[in-house]
Amino acid sequence: MTPFLLLLPAILTMLFVVALPLIFSFYTSMTSYRLTRPETIEDFIWFRNYIRLFENPDFWRAFLRTIVFLAIALNAELLLGLGIALLINKITWGQRTLRTIMMFPMMFSPILVGFQFKFIFNDNIGILNNALQSLGLTTQAIPWLVDAKLAMFSIIFAEVWMSTSVFAILLLAGLFAMPRDPIEAAKVDGCNSWQVFRHITLPFLMPFVFIAMTIRSLDVARAYDIVAIMTGGGPAGRTELLWTMIARVGYDNARMGQANAMAYLSTILSIAFTYYFYTKLVAARRYMGGAE
Amino acid sequence: MASIMLKDVVKSYGKVRAVHGINLEIGHNEFVVLVGPSGCGKSTTLRMIAGLEDISGGEVLIGDRIVNDLPPRKRNISMVFQNYALYPHMSVRDNLGFGLKIAGQKPKVIAERVAEAADILGLSELLDRTPAELSGGQRQRVAMGRAIVRHPDAFLFDEPLSNLDAKLRGQMRAEIKKLHQTVRTTIVYVTHDQIEAMTLADRIVVMRGGHIEQVGTPMQVFNHPVNTFVAGFIGSPPMNQLPGHIEAGQVVLADQSRVPVPPRLAGKVREGQKVILGIRPDDISPQGHGLGMPEDAAQVATLDLRIALAEPLGMESLIYTTIAGQEVQAKLYGPRIVQPGEVLTFQVALARAHLFDAETTRSLEVL
Repeated sequence: MTPFLLLLPAILTMLFVVALPLIFSFYTSMTSYRLTRPETIEDFIWFRNYIRLFENPDFWRAFLRTIVFLAIALNAELLLGLGIALLINKITWGQRTLRTIMMFPMMFSPILVGFQFKFIFNDNIGILNNALQSLGLTTQAIPWLVDAKLAMFSIIFAEVWMSTSVFAILLLAGLFAMPRDPIEAAKVDGCNSWQVFRHITLPFLMPFVFIAMTIRSLDVARAYDIVAIMTGGGPAGRTELLWTMIARVGYDNARMGQANAMAYLSTILSIAFTYYFYTKLVAARRYMGGAE
Repeated sequence: MASIMLKDVVKSYGKVRAVHGINLEIGHNEFVVLVGPSGCGKSTTLRMIAGLEDISGGEVLIGDRIVNDLPPRKRNISMVFQNYALYPHMSVRDNLGFGLKIAGQKPKVIAERVAEAADILGLSELLDRTPAELSGGQRQRVAMGRAIVRHPDAFLFDEPLSNLDAKLRGQMRAEIKKLHQTVRTTIVYVTHDQIEAMTLADRIVVMRGGHIEQVGTPMQVFNHPVNTFVAGFIGSPPMNQLPGHIEAGQVVLADQSRVPVPPRLAGKVREGQKVILGIRPDDISPQGHGLGMPEDAAQVATLDLRIALAEPLGMESLIYTTIAGQEVQAKLYGPRIVQPGEVLTFQVALARAHLFDAETTRSLEVL
């Protein structure tokens, strides 16, 4: 009896904080619950919300767009972050200062970053179009946030600007932790700089890459704020991601049951990404015990 | 296979000089050991030969090429590091074959050479393991294997045994010596352990403070140290060094006790010269318990000494006693047990004693 009593606080916390909301939201995803008509929460419709989603091309477009968004943003952030980390690792003077400056984008609220880039990319008063026109690179106003492809690009750009430093910092930590000896051994073994990077540095950094990927894939998959501010999912739903769609359906249209069903499907996406990167991480870490 | 030559090689870090213009010629297939205390510049010198440190001045030649501006990969040398420096994400096989793979060798050649090296070092069973699954000694062997598969012009060893325990160190020392006999190649070996230097080297280079103090075969360096530093550094336990001055053909020690000047040095001392008398512990022994005491009575001095402490080591004992108020170590050969406080008659082998000038610390023998 005593073990159970001692575990009780933990069990109760888990129950109220995790289990009950999970069960409740899963239940509502199987009702036609509308926020404006509370009694509909009792209208149990089994999997009809899910079936409706599977038949809804708009949902699948948002789903795919989220995956593309994830893939492009994560890869761009990885490449840029790796580049920045390698460069900062090289310098000896002013490294601390640069490291701090590098983290500035992370210090702003994503909402404010969204507003800032909305202004920068604005086709009439935006600083970017102004600069391009003053430099004579273009004579027309480029509709950054109106054209579907450009709007997606603009959002990804803002996302990358804000979060590249997460990769840079984690990879820099990896570079700091890296033993010098294998690198020197590789140089003596005949490697040029690129080969040292390719065969020694990069494999050593992979665990750090996967940690960063795991964290960031969760972050990016739930992207909402920047998109909501910059385009609101527009034009005509062309930048709609899963969470902007869920928020619209749940709060604007008040169809909470349907929104919950979407949220469950998007959670599966997040779990899939996390699981993938985590397996990679475990595999990459296994042999690192021999670094000494 | 190549000789290595250092000409006035200098290394400075900013204003600090680590290596002060050293000159050294290492012959074809020679095993040279650089030895000295920490910070003497031995590792820096080795790393300059490897190309891992820039050369601030002078020239390094491998074979007949000046390699000052060549990156390590173009010098055709192999290096074994203190921390093994294995590639943790590769199997033993890939670790061994990595250099060949980078050099663009065919898989068949790589497999052959890896098998050959694994055979020499007894690694054949371990080829599919990763470094994390190996013991320290095995890792060291892989590091050596990685060096030999490439058939380089020279091997560089940077304190390769200092991370191993005493027993393993002894074993690996023997293996390195055997390796040199099987794979005849020029070897430059850095260590702070004078026993490794003595046992492995064809020639020893004793370094201190970025200078070379003495170069010679192990026996030359042991029997004819050029100064008090080399005398104290090579040999274990270290040589006893007793200050005194010369008076009427005798060395007068601090407490006015007298020891005759060794006959072979008789012509080299000046009356009144301040000197340091150097005697190895092996050359101070209780009467009847010495090893190789000279037959000639003129080559032996006799002293009565009180024993402060004895450390029995089985067939010999290390004895701590005092001569002229200074602690000295002596050796007792044979199974006799002595007690602290005992007074015994000791013999000193003058034939093997050394005299150093107290001001320059240089041996009078070489003057």
